[in-house]
Amino acid sequence: MKLIYEKSQPGRRASLVPRHANLAAAELPDELRRRTPPRLPEVPEFELVRHFTELSTRNFGVDTGFYPLGSCTMKYNPRINERLVALPGFASLHPLQEEDGVQGALELEWRLQEILAEVTGLHAVSLQPAAGSQGELTGLMLVRAYFEDRGESDQRRKVVIPDTAHGTNPASVTMTGYELTHVKTDARGNIDVDDLRERVDEHTAALMLTNPSTLGLFDENIEQIAEIFHGAGALMYYDGANLNAVCGISRPGDMGFDIVHINLHKTFSQPHGGGGPGGGPVAVRDILEPFLPVPVVTRTAEGYALDFDRPRSIGKVRGYTGPFGVFVRSYAFMRTYGPRLREMSEAAVLNANYVLARLKNAYELPFDRLCMHEFVLSARNLKRDYGVTATDVAKRLMDYGFHPPTIYFPLIVPEALMIEPTESETKETLDAFCDAMLEIAREARESPELLKDAPHHRPVQRLDEVRAAKQPVVKFGFDAHPDLTADRRPVAADAPKGV
Amino acid sequence: MAAAESYPDDVKYHREHDWARIDGDEAVLGITWFAQDALGELVHFEAPTQGSHVTKDSAYGEVESVKAVSDVIAPLSGEVLEVNQAVLDAPETVNEDPYGAGWLVRIRLEDRAEVDDLLDLDAYKQVLAEQ
Amino acid sequence: MSHPYLGLTDDDRSAMLATIGVDSIDELFRDLPRAVRLGRELDLERALTEHELAAHLTELAGRNVDTTRELSFLGAGIYDHYVPAVVDAVLQRGELLTAYTPYQPEMSQGVLQAIFEYQTAICELTGMDVSNASGYDGTTVAADACFIAKHATGKARIVVTEATNPQIRQVVKTYAPGFGLEVVEVPHSDGTTDPDELRAAAEGAAAVIFQQPNMFGCLEPARELAAAASDAEALGIAHVDPLSLGVLEAPGAYGCAIALGEGQAAGNFPSYGGPHYGFLAARQGFIRRMPGRIVGETVDTAGRRGYVLTLQTREQHIRREKATSNITTNQTLLALGGLVYLTWLGPQGLRELGETCLALSAYAKQQLQERAGLELVFSEKTTFKEFAVRVGRNARDVVAAARERGVHPGYALGRDYEGLDDVLLVAVTEKRTPDEIDRLAEVLAEVARS
Repeated sequence: MKLIYEKSQPGRRASLVPRHANLAAAELPDELRRRTPPRLPEVPEFELVRHFTELSTRNFGVDTGFYPLGSCTMKYNPRINERLVALPGFASLHPLQEEDGVQGALELEWRLQEILAEVTGLHAVSLQPAAGSQGELTGLMLVRAYFEDRGESDQRRKVVIPDTAHGTNPASVTMTGYELTHVKTDARGNIDVDDLRERVDEHTAALMLTNPSTLGLFDENIEQIAEIFHGAGALMYYDGANLNAVCGISRPGDMGFDIVHINLHKTFSQPHGGGGPGGGPVAVRDILEPFLPVPVVTRTAEGYALDFDRPRSIGKVRGYTGPFGVFVRSYAFMRTYGPRLREMSEAAVLNANYVLARLKNAYELPFDRLCMHEFVLSARNLKRDYGVTATDVAKRLMDYGFHPPTIYFPLIVPEALMIEPTESETKETLDAFCDAMLEIAREARESPELLKDAPHHRPVQRLDEVRAAKQPVVKFGFDAHPDLTADRRPVAADAPKGV
Repeated sequence: MAAAESYPDDVKYHREHDWARIDGDEAVLGITWFAQDALGELVHFEAPTQGSHVTKDSAYGEVESVKAVSDVIAPLSGEVLEVNQAVLDAPETVNEDPYGAGWLVRIRLEDRAEVDDLLDLDAYKQVLAEQ
Repeated sequence: MSHPYLGLTDDDRSAMLATIGVDSIDELFRDLPRAVRLGRELDLERALTEHELAAHLTELAGRNVDTTRELSFLGAGIYDHYVPAVVDAVLQRGELLTAYTPYQPEMSQGVLQAIFEYQTAICELTGMDVSNASGYDGTTVAADACFIAKHATGKARIVVTEATNPQIRQVVKTYAPGFGLEVVEVPHSDGTTDPDELRAAAEGAAAVIFQQPNMFGCLEPARELAAAASDAEALGIAHVDPLSLGVLEAPGAYGCAIALGEGQAAGNFPSYGGPHYGFLAARQGFIRRMPGRIVGETVDTAGRRGYVLTLQTREQHIRREKATSNITTNQTLLALGGLVYLTWLGPQGLRELGETCLALSAYAKQQLQERAGLELVFSEKTTFKEFAVRVGRNARDVVAAARERGVHPGYALGRDYEGLDDVLLVAVTEKRTPDEIDRLAEVLAEVARS
């Protein structure tokens, strides 16, 4: 398929811009004036629409089919939310509008905060962070501010994370200036409590933990873990990536966590958009409330207000009050469930356990326990016996019309396949997926080349990632094609369109 | 095309899968077959600058494949005399010939006594057995 | 009763529980210690039907005074530019809207190619060699650039101009301690920054950040500021308005190392502050230090051209604690909106849009001086689409009074700058007409005091 730049012809345009011939043209100093125009595409409007429509047919979303990408919670994104976020009172509202002109927006934010406080079992919320990893960063900044306030920041330099942690956790630790300490996972998939005891002392600032973990397992020792950290005067940070498993069933605040970030694009249905946007609000125990980012949304007798007078705040992590459009969608999703959020989590956990039960004999199961909303299998047996890898399984799944699960994560499981069905799937879809996975296991034994050569029905076959890394080409080479009208490069064999 | 598995006996080894070939006051350093195999085809070598100092047991650079990045650990301390341009130009040389053309840096040794801390072939094979 | 977002019947559940080998859904949670179970219903209002939900949110939206209900000249970083219907049409395609990060490239050539096209557009606009796939917004990409600068230069100070938007400065200062960076501000002189002062402050600094046009709408002496940074061996970082780049020179052409900015004006609704996208582009030498995702071109096993995420070893999922950033989820969909918008405009449209903003804001300056008797604050300086006027009394009060007459006249700069309590920042986009500007002048004539 051609790039939009390859469809461009000088003189074409997709828009008309208002001009005012009767107004004087403004003067710009010569040295600041643009000399060479940017080579943006020149196409008529219908070519634009066709181009992006064709691009969309070469992509697969939750709307297309089953998308069990572990750790991402690829659930249904309700269409009503798209209509609501487009209401002019939301879409055309300026973030610096006077407070009396944004009462509806502030009320929505306040109500969202209240729901998040109830779901997490904590006391105060900031909606500002733009994504889970920014929520993590904010959370660690809160930890730092808390200990600075107590005069303990020089003493407490370490943050503990398990070896199953998502890569954002250690990256966030570095970005906040803390040192990492790793703790091992035991044979049941829990944090190794004995190992933990050795590593936590008065130099520890915090634990960062996801519960259930990235293995999809609830840490059975969570109470002991909380005692160890609180006993040492340290804080507990909850990575909310896996909150979909426990809404209405268990609350991170009750597990002992002091700071929680929530992924609105995971648990609360903000569409993933090909990579973003997301939302990573943080909920905190009251001891941390003074340090929250500024401004804080408050409710007064007169209505809702933004409080900028926060002398102990960590500052600002993102512009304005945060990604408001994400709040609208998540709030709408939460209001469509109300207390029935519990059923959402129960269905997520039931669906995952069902798929696990059907697949665990064909693949290796590293931890023989009931799972929560996701689980990890290993394709190590297939690699050992037939030379096929998790990658091969993933690519072959595409031929069956499914998006592959997450592969090679968490790092402690070789040939990992992390499967998260979510709650928004029928039993028929789950069965079709399991049937495909079982078929692939059989193919691995009988005709492995089907896996090795997969995928067969996508717009492209396997791509040379080594070449992309060694000779990075990260933008269109205009200079390599100076005269687009003369460009008649041969087109390679066409792939079928669509899924 | 990656080399067949091999561990020559004319080099000394470090448990982080690095090797050193001693040459008078100097040594040539690189990574072992095991390391290049774990990484996959290398796409980049982040090298130290000529003249900089490397410290035994510390990282002096990084090697990257598509899916992983790894510190390269110095088996010995010294001053970097030369960085292998062939590897900078074509990192996959390390996969093809990890002990020969795929050498990474040449250093002037700081302390010959450090050589005694290195592993010989049998000791390194023990390390491999534990992986 | 089933829920529309859930798909299991009672029969389904029984069959599934039997396959799993447990008697009830409760048993699936048996690993949870009793003490951490909630044990009660969530204290939330009951589930709403779609219609009830729509009514509730419509009511909330109805209590907001947005730009369809008030003639607005409010800017200061977020702008009321026209967002064309094609942006909505593309962003509502479910295959794009509901997909995630293209980790499996064969399933995601749509998103990957779109990001590649976006990266190209950003490089073209900014005159740079490499762009990432987006950052969270215009403030956080500035923080990202500080991280790049620190690791590229080994130095620990960032210099930022006071004339840079206060939101940007505040976010940079929030991130700086964790990066081990000190932040120093250079005050403005009559609405712009003096290159000699900048050079002096930049000695020993990792980078210099300036905004073009700046918070006051004034055009900085960008070439000289970039040169001043370079003289001090600091990286020159320009924070630019994407819609100015059809008429204003690109940072890559006047010597900057990094160009970044808030993408909102190009294709996103204001949406009370987000979600939007931050763009970040740099010279080739910084490619391995870039935070966030980057899409690269390659070929498949059949020799077809295709796209993949590349240089992933920079990112958190591989490099973990040594990653160039912790960013994972970014702002792809909004950046895609930006690409669609820039394609809709094309190079002609972008230039015309810039010229229209210049012409209308020049007309506004004239009208506010002549008809409303107001004084321009930085009258000697060239401005782009915003400018500062003195309104004779507290600007916030003037805003309130003007709004009673259905016009939001602009941003009260005294909210962020000392000594500017009587100054209003007026933004004029291509959506404004000469008649609307006349109305602004009329209203200000009534409510301001010259």
